[in-house]
Amino acid sequence: MKRPITAAAKVIRSKNSGPYELTLDILFKDRAHFELFRRRRIITKRKIAALYKRPVADILKIVYFEPSNALKITLRRPIPSGDAGETDIYGAQQHAPLLSLTY
Amino acid sequence: MAARKRAKNPHKEFRVLSATAILGYGFPESSFREGLRRRPHLIGADAGSTDPGPYYLGAGKSFTDRAAVKRDLRFMLTAGVRLGIPVVVGSAGGSGARPHVDWCEEIIREIAGEERLTFQLGVIYADVAKDRVRRHLRRGEIVPLTYVPPLTEDALDASVHLVCQMGVEPIQKALAAGCQVVLAGRCYDPAVFAALPIMLGYDPGLAIHMGKILECAAIAATPGSGADCAFARLREDAFVLESLNPKRRFTKVSTAAHTLYEKTDPYHLPGPGGALDLTGCSFRELPGGKVEVRGSRHVKTGPYHVKLEGVRRVGCRTIAVAGTRDPVMIREIDGILSGVQAQVKDILKAEKVEGRVVFHVYGKNGVMGALEPETRIRGHELGIVIEAVGPTQAEADSVCSLTRSTLLHYGYPGRIATAGNLALPFSPSDARMGEVFEFSVYHLMPLARPDDFPVRTVRLRGGKESR
Repeated sequence: MKRPITAAAKVIRSKNSGPYELTLDILFKDRAHFELFRRRRIITKRKIAALYKRPVADILKIVYFEPSNALKITLRRPIPSGDAGETDIYGAQQHAPLLSLTY
Repeated sequence: MAARKRAKNPHKEFRVLSATAILGYGFPESSFREGLRRRPHLIGADAGSTDPGPYYLGAGKSFTDRAAVKRDLRFMLTAGVRLGIPVVVGSAGGSGARPHVDWCEEIIREIAGEERLTFQLGVIYADVAKDRVRRHLRRGEIVPLTYVPPLTEDALDASVHLVCQMGVEPIQKALAAGCQVVLAGRCYDPAVFAALPIMLGYDPGLAIHMGKILECAAIAATPGSGADCAFARLREDAFVLESLNPKRRFTKVSTAAHTLYEKTDPYHLPGPGGALDLTGCSFRELPGGKVEVRGSRHVKTGPYHVKLEGVRRVGCRTIAVAGTRDPVMIREIDGILSGVQAQVKDILKAEKVEGRVVFHVYGKNGVMGALEPETRIRGHELGIVIEAVGPTQAEADSVCSLTRSTLLHYGYPGRIATAGNLALPFSPSDARMGEVFEFSVYHLMPLARPDDFPVRTVRLRGGKESR
């Protein structure tokens, strides 16, 4: 039985990293969960691309940051912040698809 | 230099009071007083961000409220002058272009007059002449940041209020010239806090990393807040962060988590003239809700570059807010909106009115747009924001009005409610949103002399300008 990611993470959030990138942070509850996700490569560029309906090439980086037991995913914004069709200037409400991840 | 010797003494420290996350976001007076009790050497506040989008740089307006900025500055200026320590504000007015800097200078002059303060003010502009950028562009020296298209001369010419993010050097120049209050235009956020200690011989890696956290003040504490002060002690080999509010504390996790915030790669943080390398960085909790940070390094990365920011004007916007509770309309919404879109387009073409329409459909994909993975609509009502943009406000009004009325009475398959398709909450239904801008420049430009920014000094005596 797979568990929801919220069983492993205490913070899941999104935000602009400049006007052209969107960055997603997953802060795990402890080092053990952080290590589990890193070791098993549970989150991949391919998985994020599928979740957000973007080409894999638009997923810029996945970085594990030990000091905060965190995983950071940065992807290309569909449009630069504030361009025609913008829905979320700050990029602060783009995290929800991550909540469907399981492990 | 005596100052350099000071930094070599491990018992000496440089103390910094960061007033608030963004000048104008406010702070409790009690926190500020706690900060002053710790005898800071510097009071600083970052005022800027590109986060609120392209409008504010384009329109030359602040995204923070004037009265709120004045309130924060009044505390900072009166304390700084009374204690005889520098007060530094970066990215004045939010976007840090000339109108923003002038706006903030006017507030500073008002406060100086009202409080009868005497000090030397240094005003640093961050605007860049287009011809200067053009020279670099023609030499192939303008580098786009990730996902940014290469700069063209057309994009450059169309840009309004072109600014660049200054590093620590122009602030140091103003401080060295004897300015007690420094008001900087667009500025690398950490430079506000790092310029003076680096000038005094403290380690740039630690000073900039400290600045990186202090620029958001208590956001890096827990519980975080954008409207509270933070305090830091910079030493030879570490810096220590401290909350000034008993309700909050800095923890290892809150501090490290903040290092992630709004960044692409938390280990490598680029800035003017170099990058912060945090691969060897460690965070340690100290008693009393403090965190000690060590091992942050500043590495030079080739020739000195600064980040340019520019926006171009797109037109004007008018919007209408509406909703629907009709299950048939909700089921048919995609076809209805594309039908309305096509009908409006035809009329505009015939009438030679320019404009574009975007429907923001809340309850469907109004929040995530193209990134929304959910395809079903599960709610019993939808919110629709009609967004019309035209070259002039009058054209935007026309496009919005036409789209609203077309959608209101649009006939669609299976329609049973024939009196009107929309619930409009307001009369008037349409609201003018003013000018629309979009980012056009977000590139790096080489800078031969990092302190090459004009500094204007003003002597204020009891609030009056003197020579």
